[in-house]
Parts: sequence; structure tokens; C-alpha cells
Amino acid sequence: MDMSEAIVLAGSAIGAGLAMIAGIGPGIGEGYAVGKACEAIARQPEASGAVTRTMFVGCAVAESTGIYGLIIALLLIFLKPFT
Amino acid sequence: MQIMANFAVPKILEGPTELSVDGANIIASFKLFGITINFTETVVLEWIVIAVILGVCAFLTRGMKVQGVSKRQVIAEMAVETVTNLVRDTMGKRWLFFTPYVATIFCFSIFGSLISLLGLRAVTSDFSVLLTWAAITFILITATKIRFGGIGGYLKGFADPIPVMLPINILSEVATPTAMALRHFGNIAGGSIIMGLVYYGLASLCRMIGLQIPILTVGIPAVLSLYFDLFSDFMQAFIFIMLMMVFISNAGPSEEETA
Repeated sequence: MDMSEAIVLAGSAIGAGLAMIAGIGPGIGEGYAVGKACEAIARQPEASGAVTRTMFVGCAVAESTGIYGLIIALLLIFLKPFT
Repeated sequence: MQIMANFAVPKILEGPTELSVDGANIIASFKLFGITINFTETVVLEWIVIAVILGVCAFLTRGMKVQGVSKRQVIAEMAVETVTNLVRDTMGKRWLFFTPYVATIFCFSIFGSLISLLGLRAVTSDFSVLLTWAAITFILITATKIRFGGIGGYLKGFADPIPVMLPINILSEVATPTAMALRHFGNIAGGSIIMGLVYYGLASLCRMIGLQIPILTVGIPAVLSLYFDLFSDFMQAFIFIMLMMVFISNAGPSEEETA
């Protein structure tokens, strides 16, 4: 394997790992949202349907930054740019 | 070596021997006005999904009666009622005409994702499919804005609250459908890639230690598959239609304003 090619491969592998740091944000955010939803359901069990539905949509929106990171990481691993 | 021969396992329990992550296979490609158009396997699978949905609908709604209803009719009525209630709760009464569209996208997404359980390629792991749905949603949002505010009101909305916000408003308008498509695509495609890695990794591990352990090659991936293939498929289809309904109904004035 050529030296430059090896550097590119190593760089994309490290970059893929770094891209997954984006997973921290959604993790914290979703955990917070779910915790709040649990509190809300404990306080008002009759509203559990609406709370759960809203929570899932909110979680999905919060998750999108993590998904962007995942897509970038997968692209870096499997498409192997510049080789 | 002698012990291994006694523990011979069926071929199917050995797991995959190679890992490949590719886009959809191109079946045929032709040129139209200088642009190459690829006819991929996604298109074929989409037609299969459409045929399956049509078949299920035709089966459930055959021979409907007012009295003495059959089990099939009860299931069909229950499904229609669930979607109608969801649309009424999320979008309000005057958006009820959206119910068929919402149900269509939901069915297409569910069946398109679950087709991966048959070993085929999930329709929703092709980004062009999701981008098409997002483009339809974008057109619906824009049409709703123009319908309620007129062309002038729609254009004026870009300079709201101050004209300096114009680039940011244009960006957020485009980002809405793109984020919707990317979220669905990322979840399904990412899930299938992770499942492929788990299957391949555990099978290689077994080959490395020279012992075939079915719980590693099939057992653990099967449990993970429950989340990545079943739960996440249903969740993403639900979230896609929920966001679609919220965005479209937010594009118009709220119910109290018009009443």
C-alpha cells in the first residue's frame, strides 16, 4: 500500500471516530426529555398518550444531529474518499 | 479436530463470510436528453411493496357489509379509525382530508422497511426514496402557506420578523424536508449497516476460535435485530408522518384564528 493512501485511510478512520462524538449531544438531550416525560406522566397519568407521542417526536428531532454524525462516519468508513 | 466433527452445525448457522456495503444494484441504465437514468433494484422493490399494499387493502375491504361484519372488515375499520383519530388529534378537524395521504406514506414506509426481513434490500435505505417523500412534503407546506396567506403573504413570510433574517429563513425552509429525509434514511441505513457488522464480526470471531457457537452467530444478532429492524422501522415511519403532519398544519393559521 502506498504511503499517502495509508495516511488517507488512517485519517478517514480517525475522522469517523471523531464524527461520532456528535452522539453525546442527542444522548444527553434525549435522556433529559425522557426524564421530563416520566415526571409528567407520574404527575398526570391520564395524559400519558399525548405526553408519549410528543416525547417521541421531540426525541426524533433531537436525534437528527447524532444521525448526521453517523452518516458522516459511515461515509468516511465505507466510501473511502480520495483513494 | 475430532471433537469439531461431532459438533457439525448446519451451513445456515455459520453466519456470513463476507461483508459488503453498497448502494442499490443498478439493473439497467439508459440515457435521456444526455442524462443517465439508472433503473435500480429499489424501483423493482417499490413496485413489489405497492403490489403487497394493494393486495392487503383489496383483501381487507372485499365484501363490506353494514350488518353482520366479517373479521376482515373489523380490522380495516380499526386501521382507518386509528389513522383518522391520529390526524384529528395532531392536525385538527379541518385537515381530515389529509388522512389518506398520511396513511399511504405510513404503509409505504412500514412495508418498505420491513421488506428487509425477507433478506431483500430495504426500500427506505435508498436516500432518493426518502428525498422524494420529503419533496412532496415541502410542496404541501408551500402550497398550504400560499393557500392561507396568498403569494404576497408567502413571500413576505421570508422577511419575518426583520428583513435581515431572509437568508436564515430560506435556509430553514430547505432544511426542514432535508432533515426529515436524512433522519429516516440515517436510521434505517445505519441500522442495517450495524446489523451487517454485528453478523459479520461475530461469525468471524467464531471462525477465529474454530468453534461454531450458534448463540453468537445467530442468537445475539437476532435480539439486536428486534430493535434495529422491527422497532426502529415502526418508530421512523411514525415519526415521519408525525413531523409531516405537524409541519403542514403549522404552515396554516391555527384553528382559533380562523374560527
